[in-house]
Amino acid sequence: MQLFDALLAVMVGIGVCVLYYTGTNFLLDRIFSDKNGFLTGKDRWYNAIQPWIFLAPALFFLGVYLVYPVYETFRLSFFNFGGFEFVGFKNYLWAYENPEFQQAVLNNLLWLLFVPILCVILGLITARLADNVRWGTIAKSLIFMPMAISFVGASVIWKFVYDYRGPDSEQIGSLNAIVMLFGAETQAWITLPFWNNFFLMVILIWIQTGFAMVIFSAALRGIPEETLEAARIDGANEIQIFLKIMIPQILSTVMVVWTTITIIVLKIFDIVLAMTNGQWNTEVLANLMFDWMFRGGGDSGRGSVMAMMIMIAVIPIMVWNIRNFRKEEQVR
Amino acid sequence: MISLYIKRLSFGQVLSSILLLFLVLLWIVPTVGLFVSSFRDKDQLAITGWWTALSTTERNEFRRTGTKDDQVQLGEKYIISGNFFDAGGKIIQTFSTSFKNLTEYNSGETAKFKDGSLFTLHANGEYQWFSNTPFKHKRGKRVFYVAKVPPTFSLDNYREVLKAEGVGQSFINTLKVTIPATVIPIMIASFAAYAFAWMKFPGRQFLFVTVVGLLVVPLQMSLIPLLSIYNEIGNYFGVSAKSYPGIWFAHTGFGLPLAIYLLRNYIGSLPREIIESARMDGATHMQIFSRIVLPLSVPALASFCIFQFLWVWNDLLVALVFLGKKDDQIVLTSKLRELLGSRGDNWEILTSSAFISIIIPLIVFFALQRYFVRGLVTGSVKS
Repeated sequence: MQLFDALLAVMVGIGVCVLYYTGTNFLLDRIFSDKNGFLTGKDRWYNAIQPWIFLAPALFFLGVYLVYPVYETFRLSFFNFGGFEFVGFKNYLWAYENPEFQQAVLNNLLWLLFVPILCVILGLITARLADNVRWGTIAKSLIFMPMAISFVGASVIWKFVYDYRGPDSEQIGSLNAIVMLFGAETQAWITLPFWNNFFLMVILIWIQTGFAMVIFSAALRGIPEETLEAARIDGANEIQIFLKIMIPQILSTVMVVWTTITIIVLKIFDIVLAMTNGQWNTEVLANLMFDWMFRGGGDSGRGSVMAMMIMIAVIPIMVWNIRNFRKEEQVR
Repeated sequence: MISLYIKRLSFGQVLSSILLLFLVLLWIVPTVGLFVSSFRDKDQLAITGWWTALSTTERNEFRRTGTKDDQVQLGEKYIISGNFFDAGGKIIQTFSTSFKNLTEYNSGETAKFKDGSLFTLHANGEYQWFSNTPFKHKRGKRVFYVAKVPPTFSLDNYREVLKAEGVGQSFINTLKVTIPATVIPIMIASFAAYAFAWMKFPGRQFLFVTVVGLLVVPLQMSLIPLLSIYNEIGNYFGVSAKSYPGIWFAHTGFGLPLAIYLLRNYIGSLPREIIESARMDGATHMQIFSRIVLPLSVPALASFCIFQFLWVWNDLLVALVFLGKKDDQIVLTSKLRELLGSRGDNWEILTSSAFISIIIPLIVFFALQRYFVRGLVTGSVKS
């Protein structure tokens, strides 16, 4: 019955869309064609208007949900908690001196330092190995699988791995069981200061390595076989070929994967919220921002400052993307 | 020389296989652990590791015998008999009436109690208790035993979370969010992508570069302003700010840049001749779009659909901001996070709930992996 609601909504949505596009198209035809249905000499107008009809819904959504909010968040970061009094850089200064914020920035940097590089390295290794063995396709599928799992779902999976049952009990978490197998001391991993950040990072690496691997695998296949053959004849071994020929050849792809994962890392939120909610020194910017959106009725000024921090970190990547896009368009 | 080369290669392949196997195991073991645990008995799950799920465990337990009301007279003797277990499975090894000496009697042996009565306990839990005088006790006598418990798997955990914990309702809520939030943006984006690819209008380049820029704008930038817009609209019309249409449109807005970008690249790479000859024949843009471009773009549409479906299904942040936490609105991810807080130690609930939340994405993923990969690779790999 409830699914019926959803399906009805889809039907209504599709109906409205179809009605909009065909309706406006019909109107346009009526206005600019004579009674025989041929376009009249006024079709210059027709051609000028039609693109905007195609674009209007998209521009509306982009404007309301992305462009306007970027401006508004920027503006709000200079206003007080309710957004009605201009306070200049006060929110930024507050953030600068706030220990929680400092912790979050530090942790975000830690994530930025380790997650993208580990994903790239593991992605490269698995891509190369999988292309070298017969059951590579299955292996790739399995390593890629976590991409389909939500961050929260992954957090449950890994919280179970990290589970700790007290010093004298039988351990049911895989990690502690392995640790015990080697005779080391069992731990409550996610409350271990500093190192717990790495245990949270493992979750994201687990999810994103598959992405890196799939992209690299496709890129590696694009390297001409003659190049590799020539190197082999010259006596290079497989590891040399991998490091000195393959990786340089796909460097631009490596950069794309790197930046994509960097952006995901900057926005990391779900994992921290679900695993620790920022306790035990694991706070990150996005989680702190979410916190301030609702803490004490919500502080739009301080929340906006944290969003701006993420935005500022993304801007270099944005510029790089646009520049690359421009370059490609010229080649086209 | 050649034979040496082959030898080295095959050695390399064996090494690759071993290394890869290790990595693959590392990658799937956490998920397997969750999956196995979700079917285990909740008491076993709480005290033993999931890797012992297939092995038989030994457990010390006790049960009470029947009382004087259960006795039957058989000739000169009085008997109480019965079975300690409802369902089969457990195998009793040893038993005793004292918890201090669990191995006093083996199963099948007859114990002689102080009052002269005889008690026999069989491996399958059946017992007989003979006495020459009538039994008088009102509470059953405690019998301690050591039993082997074979692995048990059931759907009990799933039954519990689907009904009692409300995960079933969340599942439906997630579907209600996901389906419209996937369909609406794809329609809007395909028209826009066509316009960007095949129509001429002033500002085309500028607008598309803006779309490329918006691709990486963090969601966090949108939350605060949108929340206040939603609240104002809600106040103005006297309705709740948290609604399904609200989150559909939010996901539409956030998904559009990628949709437009992917589709425009695909539609723009269709052969120019097809579209130009159709124009020559007098077809309008509308006709070209619906009869030629859309059918040819099915692969790109499919890959975006999968992206958007997975993204919306797995999203937590947008749902937390734009939907309520009551039963009729809470989605799976949000529910799962709540359970992590409130039932953090009840792994039978967490594992089965988590599995319910990831099963649909996994099916979609494995069934449509080809389209998913193709979508990822376009735009990432430079030719």
